[in-house]
Amino acid sequence: MAKNKKPHRGKGVTRREFMTNVSAGAVAVAAAGTLGAKDAEATAVIKPEDMVTIDLQINQRRHRLLVEPRWSLLFVIREKLGLTATKFGCERGECGSCTVLVNDVPLYACMMLAMEAQDLKITTLEGLMQGEALGPVQKAFLEQDAYQCGYCTSGQIMAAEGLLRKQPHPSIEEIQTGVSGNLCRCGAYPHIFKAIAQAAKAR
Amino acid sequence: MLPNFAYTRPDTLKEAVKQLGSEEARLHAGGTDLLGCLRDGVFSAQKVVSISKLDALRGITKTSKGGLEIGTLTTITAVAEHPLIQSDFTALANAAGEVASPQLRNQGTLGGNICQKPRCWYYRGEFDCLRKGGDTCYAAEGENQYHCLFGSDDTCFIVHPSDTAPALTVLDAQVRIAGRWRKKTVPIDSFFVLPADDVQKETILGADDIVTEIVLPPPPAGIKSSYCKVRARRSWDFALAGIALALAFNDAKVAHARVVLSGAAPIPWRSMAAEEAIMGQELTPDIISKAATAAVKDAEPLAQNGYKVPLFKGLVEQELAKMKV
Ligand SMILES: Cc1cc2nc3c(=O)[nH]c(=O)nc-3n(C[C@H](O)[C@H](O)[C@H](O)COP(=O)(O)OP(=O)(O)OC[C@H]3O[C@@H](n4cnc5c(N)ncnc54)[C@H](O)[C@@H]3O)c2cc1C
Ligand code: SF4
Ligand code: FES
Ligand code: FES
Repeated sequence: MAKNKKPHRGKGVTRREFMTNVSAGAVAVAAAGTLGAKDAEATAVIKPEDMVTIDLQINQRRHRLLVEPRWSLLFVIREKLGLTATKFGCERGECGSCTVLVNDVPLYACMMLAMEAQDLKITTLEGLMQGEALGPVQKAFLEQDAYQCGYCTSGQIMAAEGLLRKQPHPSIEEIQTGVSGNLCRCGAYPHIFKAIAQAAKAR
Repeated sequence: MLPNFAYTRPDTLKEAVKQLGSEEARLHAGGTDLLGCLRDGVFSAQKVVSISKLDALRGITKTSKGGLEIGTLTTITAVAEHPLIQSDFTALANAAGEVASPQLRNQGTLGGNICQKPRCWYYRGEFDCLRKGGDTCYAAEGENQYHCLFGSDDTCFIVHPSDTAPALTVLDAQVRIAGRWRKKTVPIDSFFVLPADDVQKETILGADDIVTEIVLPPPPAGIKSSYCKVRARRSWDFALAGIALALAFNDAKVAHARVVLSGAAPIPWRSMAAEEAIMGQELTPDIISKAATAAVKDAEPLAQNGYKVPLFKGLVEQELAKMKV
């Protein structure tokens, strides 16, 4: 497999101040045209042992990569593209740490096949950066101290971002419902709610 | 990592039905239940047939007579937020809004919600129980606090996990199905299968049948409907007990009644006894109390789920009282 793409780095940002391990990693994106690759657009059946070339649009960048049909969007985002802000938690739709936006709507990346994400607009936490600066929701989480261990934080922020894209002026109940699919085992909820309210004002 | 499978995403319904005809092919709608089942090894798949490209099966349209046609791929969020569903088919909007979490409602489809697999932990775990083709029900003598009160046939004690199914049942919904040999429409109360009829199936669907639409007939004049769910936690959780109601009144007397319990039985459980207790009656405290008693009269609690009996009784009382005109 040829390395024909640079590792993805959001918009070329460091993001250090916010979460320490949001690093793009040195992951090569596999190229098209390798043996066994098939056109995913045909109604053809992709055999289990075959890999297939797909295009994913993540944080406004197009990625062409080889995937197995069974790979989840979460696996591809983290392990193949090195976008490690999206966290791997329960892998069963219960914790929310893998939340990403798909066409501006929050979903669990662990419950979606990468194959299903073709032609959709995917946003991860890295995509919320405004150049070197944190986006409004990230900034509000930082200022409101809306985390302890930080493991749930990127998922909470993506759920909040999705909420605010749909409902720019949420009530407290809407905020609570908005992050009800994101567990925080540290119990940072009161701060999370405040952060989202602050972000709503700031946006 | 999921086990290996072949994958296809047809462009036409006909092709999807054809693809489902092969051995161990599994239909993928939103995937939120399917991927969980495959990861947990509840069943395996040689091939996953995704219907997510079939855009004709997505969306909500009004029928000429004031009913609605909901494409199977319509997301649960879209159902919960639809103004007409909120106003005229309130039970369904309530129920859809109570399903799982925002993320799962955004991805899960209405068709997938009524076709989802049960949540019995033995079934989801590594137990070769009756429903998976084995010869034992582990819940019968095991951990059965979330299991059913009605309809088990002393065979399998699951509760049907869907919140939308009981709401669709009180609204007399119909399910449209496309298969290799036929297209047909069935009333939703003949869509679900009791253990007595086939312990390995939850619905009447054959392997290559696809639910295409869910049809809501025009609501009877003056109908009011609701869905209320009791759960152990405030955020996502399946129903411990739930009730869907659809009532219409003539003066103050009940002229049309549907009472369906969730978290109660292997299928959405229509309580004919409660309906009979209120038909033609005013919803006085006495009648409400009679209806609640009737609703749980034939309950058959297991060792650990006896708490559900007073829970259902209280729930029936509470929700009927809210309906009083
Ligand atoms: C953590 C968690 C919590 C949950 N909580 C709740 C809850 O509180 N209440 C509730 O009601 N549900 C709950 N669910 C279930 C969830 O709502 C379902 O997973 C979802 O509705 C399924 O829709 P889907 O489109 O993703 O279905 P899929 O996963 O794609 O399919 C589910 C099943 O139905 C079959 N199927 C799907 N569509 C069709 C069709 N058109 N024709 C024939 N067969 C079909 C599939 O083959 C598969 O077996 C929960 C799920 C999770 C993971
Ligand atoms: S209740 Fe049904 S699904 Fe659960 S162990 Fe018994 S047979 Fe299996
Ligand atoms: S990892 Fe996806 S919800 Fe927990
Ligand atoms: S901050 Fe630790 S899990 Fe939320």
